[in-house]
Amino acid sequence: MGVRVIMINPQIEIQLIAIIVSVACVIPGVFLILRRMSMMSDAISHTILLGIVLAFFATHDLTSPLLIVGAALMGTLTVYLVEVMHNTKLISEDSSIGLIFPFLFSIGVILISIYAGNVHLDTDAVLLGEIAFAPFNRFVVRGKDIGPKALYVMGSILLLNIIYLFLFYKELKLTTFDEKLAAVLGFSPIFIHYSLMSMVSITAVGAFDSVGSILVIAFMAGPSASAYLITDDLKRMILLSIVIGILSAISGYWLSVLFDVSIAGSMAGMVGLIFFIVFIFVPDRGLLSIIKRRKKQKYKFANISFLMHIMNHENTDMEKSESSIDTIHNHLQWDRKFLNEILSLSIENKYIFVNENGIIKVTKEGKKFAGTNYCELVKRI
Amino acid sequence: MELLFNLFSDYTLRIVTLGSTLLGITSGAIGCYAVLRKQSLIGDAVSHAALPGIGLSFLLIGSKNTEWLLLGAFIAGWIATLVILNIDRLSRIKYDNALAMILSVFFGFGLVILTYIQKIPNSNQAGLEKFLFGQASTLLQRDVMLMGIVALITLVPMIFLWKEFKLLSFDTIFADTIGFSTKKLDLILTTLIVISIIVGLQTVGVILMSSMLIAPAVAARQWTNRLFIMVMLSSFFGAAAGICGTLISSSIDNMPTGPIIVVVITLIALLSLLFAPNRGLIWKRIRDNKTKKEINSTIILSILYTLSEKHTKTYHSYDLSALMLKKDNIKYSKKKLLKELNKLKMSGLVDKHEKNLWAISEKGMKKISVLDYTNGGQSYYD
Repeated sequence: MGVRVIMINPQIEIQLIAIIVSVACVIPGVFLILRRMSMMSDAISHTILLGIVLAFFATHDLTSPLLIVGAALMGTLTVYLVEVMHNTKLISEDSSIGLIFPFLFSIGVILISIYAGNVHLDTDAVLLGEIAFAPFNRFVVRGKDIGPKALYVMGSILLLNIIYLFLFYKELKLTTFDEKLAAVLGFSPIFIHYSLMSMVSITAVGAFDSVGSILVIAFMAGPSASAYLITDDLKRMILLSIVIGILSAISGYWLSVLFDVSIAGSMAGMVGLIFFIVFIFVPDRGLLSIIKRRKKQKYKFANISFLMHIMNHENTDMEKSESSIDTIHNHLQWDRKFLNEILSLSIENKYIFVNENGIIKVTKEGKKFAGTNYCELVKRI
Repeated sequence: MELLFNLFSDYTLRIVTLGSTLLGITSGAIGCYAVLRKQSLIGDAVSHAALPGIGLSFLLIGSKNTEWLLLGAFIAGWIATLVILNIDRLSRIKYDNALAMILSVFFGFGLVILTYIQKIPNSNQAGLEKFLFGQASTLLQRDVMLMGIVALITLVPMIFLWKEFKLLSFDTIFADTIGFSTKKLDLILTTLIVISIIVGLQTVGVILMSSMLIAPAVAARQWTNRLFIMVMLSSFFGAAAGICGTLISSSIDNMPTGPIIVVVITLIALLSLLFAPNRGLIWKRIRDNKTKKEINSTIILSILYTLSEKHTKTYHSYDLSALMLKKDNIKYSKKKLLKELNKLKMSGLVDKHEKNLWAISEKGMKKISVLDYTNGGQSYYD
């Protein structure tokens, strides 16, 4: 293996930053999914560009912390504007998202090209970000280097997220799952909505600087989607999402080292890969079990209707043509292979037997099986 | 005037304008379906997801020809759309979550491929990222020709499958029951949407493409309730924004075309939301006020009516304080009440007997009995 296995300091730092970013993004991400607002993270992570540009015009300093404040405010404003548009009842929520965020982003780009052509404020940098450069931006206190700046910024944002989660866990849970009940009980869904959205925008702003907004969206939407397929319990979902987020951050990092490619890109790729593994293999809700279940249901249903067909024509004049082993395929009009499968399945289960005249007869068990299942089916309908 | 003159004389400008107009027409038309089917954000997802397609196509074919890159983009965008739709269909993950995840994952994968290409010696990948942010000014004649052909490819099936798409957008279940293969139609329509998104990438870029799909359709929707007019209007708005945007950006130095087009088309949408007759917000406000006034005067009339019902003399008059006994029926002050009464008097529904005595008139009686507010008035007053 030509990979450098020896960890050098920047590598540890990059992974540490990635882990912190992933956890910080995953926590609000869980609630975004449950509230069906994942695309809001996409919108916010783009419109913060305008916030940064405006704050830059106000301060003329690219390192000012006001830039982050401006960006976070713009994120919340985006949410508000989308809400206002949606509340006119003239356009759907997704249309209002799709109308507002490219608009604000465009204004940001236009402002940059008019006023800040010579300032290093790249649109690519906002969207792509480069975590590989994060360790170069050091946090220096009284002339002493105490680590990369991103580590401290994201660390405090993560802390903020955790505090928010612990303080408002009950309220978040209630407003997410039953907004009306929450309102009746006196919790303000609007307060929770906007505070959550502010958390999303603060997190997005802090993270875009170090990892780029694409990875922010991936961390907000991906790990919690995987966890949502695995569990029904909110606490477990949050924990699982955090684990998956960390897993994709670390594995993504090492893959990118292995192939010498974009770190953020390969982390986002790992988020997707883990989701697809979960999506296919998870028991009960996974693709494989869905296919299996549907197949089973198909066979069961076919078996029942097959037995019903024979029972309907039992001891009638038509029986010879309708239920004969040689002619039944004309009446059921099933695929020959499928019919044979059902036939052998029924014989195997002793639901039917073929008498000496070649006529299919239903046994007692078969009648019982068809009868009870038919009743169930009817009941369900 | 000079701008228009430039349009006819400047070759590059003409090409770029033609390109953005074509883009406006196709995305405007096809965007109607995306908006009506509540899949507005598909544009955002597809355009992001196209990146790995662009990278892979460059990696495999090694050519920077627009056709090949767009083909790669189309395939990647199409796969992404199908993945999104199937995640939504097969699992509890909702559509918007699937969108956000797939767009970021595909885009991330695209970044991986682009950085990989960068590392290959002798490969000049410069220009690939022009798809990311769109550079309308680099459009060539052959690009625009390609856009024209693709526009035809999207618009012709739309015309031939008009009825089917209409049915699919408004009542899928009905379409299914009367025997249309909605699965196939859905696939065709989705493919058309993906094609029109991919074509726009070069002009407006990944991030802004969703707006080209949504904004014209949203604007057009406010003006009409008919699909045909909506599609025509939407294409028109798209084209207008394309032309305006290009002209504006060409007249200002160092101004990117894509964002200007997006700002223009969004402004068109916002203005439509405000001013469109019937649906527009301002019209709605006017209508609401009118209804409010109507209700107010009817309430006063019904109070006078119930009072007169109780009295032996039908047209007995009452003074203001009697009318205001039950305050919560009349939400406004004495002055306002007087104003309303005077208005009612002007239309002859109320008679003024002495200085401050009011009674319902014969005409008012007739009106209230037709309206059948009597019960309402009774229960209000008691």
